Amino acid sequence: MSQILVSKRMFKSYRMGQSRLDVLKGIDFAMKPGEFVAIIGASGSGKSTFLHILGALDKPDSGEVYFENQRLDRFRGGQLNHFRNKMVGFVFQFYHLLDELNVLENAVLPAMAATGTFGWIKQKKAVTQRAKELLERMGLTQRLRHKPYQLSGGERQRVAIVRALINQPTLLLADEPTGNLDSETGRGILMALEELNRDGQTIVMVTHDERIATRAHRIVRLVDGIIVENG
Amino acid sequence: MYKLILPKRYLLRRKITYLAILAVALCVFIVVVVMTVMNGLVEGFRDKNHDFVGDCIISTDSLVGFPYYQELLSRLETEQYILAISPVAHSYGLLSRPGSDQNLGIEIMGVDPIRHSQVTGFGDFLHYHKNDPVAAFTPRYATDRMGCVVGIDKMWWQRDRAGVYTHSPTPPQMELILSTFPLTAKGALARADLDAVLTESFLYSDDSHSGLVKVDGNMIYIPLEKAQVLFGMDGDTPRISAIHIRFTSGTNLTAGTNKVRDVWGAFVTDHQNRTYADLLDHVRVESWIVNRRGAIAPMEKEQTMLIFLFLMLGVITVFIIFVVFYMIISYKSKDIGILKSVGASSADVVEIFLRFAAFVGLLGAVLGAGIGCAFLVRINDLEGWLFTNFNWQLWDRSVYAIGEIPNTIEWEVIGLIIAFAVLACQIGAVIPTIQAARRRPVEILRVNQV
Ligand SMILES: Nc1ncnc2c1ncn2[C@@H]1O[C@H](COP(=O)(O)OP(=O)(O)OP(=O)(O)O)[C@@H](O)[C@H]1O
Ligand SMILES: [Mg+2]
Repeated sequence: MSQILVSKRMFKSYRMGQSRLDVLKGIDFAMKPGEFVAIIGASGSGKSTFLHILGALDKPDSGEVYFENQRLDRFRGGQLNHFRNKMVGFVFQFYHLLDELNVLENAVLPAMAATGTFGWIKQKKAVTQRAKELLERMGLTQRLRHKPYQLSGGERQRVAIVRALINQPTLLLADEPTGNLDSETGRGILMALEELNRDGQTIVMVTHDERIATRAHRIVRLVDGIIVENG
Repeated sequence: MYKLILPKRYLLRRKITYLAILAVALCVFIVVVVMTVMNGLVEGFRDKNHDFVGDCIISTDSLVGFPYYQELLSRLETEQYILAISPVAHSYGLLSRPGSDQNLGIEIMGVDPIRHSQVTGFGDFLHYHKNDPVAAFTPRYATDRMGCVVGIDKMWWQRDRAGVYTHSPTPPQMELILSTFPLTAKGALARADLDAVLTESFLYSDDSHSGLVKVDGNMIYIPLEKAQVLFGMDGDTPRISAIHIRFTSGTNLTAGTNKVRDVWGAFVTDHQNRTYADLLDHVRVESWIVNRRGAIAPMEKEQTMLIFLFLMLGVITVFIIFVVFYMIISYKSKDIGILKSVGASSADVVEIFLRFAAFVGLLGAVLGAGIGCAFLVRINDLEGWLFTNFNWQLWDRSVYAIGEIPNTIEWEVIGLIIAFAVLACQIGAVIPTIQAARRRPVEILRVNQV
């Protein structure tokens, strides 16, 4: 088993009444555990769509997707929930935090979702500790009790990154994790990701900043629904 | 843990949930008040009919009556499940006052006051002889004369608009003349040769308030033996119109009535070769419910209709709650997408929103029921206050027999209403939640990111 993530001839289109919009037109992609891959491409080229399918948040129309040699696109029910909860950490382009929860609660949400009330009580201390460390690294120590609406876009993005990492997933999928950050903070995040990667974290990151992409092991360029550059 | 935190936060942080709680409370309030009042009216009316008849009645509509009843009475007296029996003679006549040519058609009932009050509420209905029926037919002001008990609404001058019957401390002295048309056992006028009419003078001794409009407005009670004479039911084969029966407590109404029917059947068989046996043909044995069905049924129909109307209101209530939840949950569908994207199952998501709906439903229903009960407890005071201050009342007490707005709170009914309200909330919540939870996370999240 050398590949952690594989996609073969993956298609995805959106139906808009009579017409059809083909977004992904046969994506062949593979990556090894511990790799750090950057996906670049123009706006609307299908980067987010691709990442969503890799995170099992969406399904391809046809083609195959493998995660650790299992057909990811055929996961259902409990298997799917387990994958989303434990195996993958997803950072959305638009953060998607729960308005009613504060920063700390948002950060530990996947850990809470993984267990019942009693299990949570047992784990709470350790998980909270971990969340606080990660939030500190993201420079959010002063913001633990704040609600998402009290945060700036960049701050929300960083909370979303912590949330994605809280369950120590095998795979981190990040959709423009530095898109809303100034170059200083963006570099800080990038360094954090590289550090995680050095510790063995597999990362797929979408960006349209070529300079940021060069920090990855490998750049994948999406043009017109297919991968044109792979290396 | 988030399954507890989130519903609580939704409850406390969203203004629209307060509106939802209020909507539920309002609906529950209305249903509680109307159900209680309507139930009370019907129950009260049934009780009054029960009190008037007793448990069971052997009766004929024939004005001739039926014979050999002494024999029947002694047979019934030996039955274990029968507590008391009261023979009654019933017919019609004319009422007039001395010095007036005006006369009124009335019903006359001849009863043994002691026996009749053992079977029915007769003793309770009296005013001057309340629960002392022995002397019911003895006027206080002339103990040597024959008295009669008059249905209270025949004493029309006694009632004010607030529905209060005013009685002077001593019974008013008043002579009432009853004229009847006695019939023979064959149904012919017994006094055809003597201008057909029998007239007898009585003194008012008391009035009777059964709460039944027809009875209180038409009935005059006199002693049984006197009534038999007036109706032509005396003589060699004395007759009566009915036997009212009270069962021992714990006797099932239908079972008791069936046993009485057996006694009656045997009695008829034993008398089938006697003269006038045909008079036994048209006698019915009925429970009080069947006997008074003509009076109770319209009331129950009204209740059924009202319940039906309220079911429709209930449907609207459920729909309103459904819409409220649909809006709240559609607004929160982004949360469903997020929860699913971090690995929460559809069941987890449904659980969260069902809890939220249960909180809202329970709070709203308990609030509504609480206000409803408080309102019911004070409803008569409130109406009284409106009457004294604004001369406004729900209905004119001098016309209707119901004195007070019934407000006996039945906890089972309240519990049922609360349960239904909570259920409605759950249904309102579960449909949009399942709809959202079944979709792929990105489908929901895409819509909500713009
Ligand atoms: N649900 C949908 N219905 C119709 N079209 C859709 C839908 N989702 C995505 N698309 C289209 O698919 C294309 C790819 O979208 P996607 O979000 O993957 O682009 P992207 O590469 O992430 O762009 P950006 O860099 O702006 O984030 C776009 O043209 C978009 O309009
Ligand atoms: Mg995108």
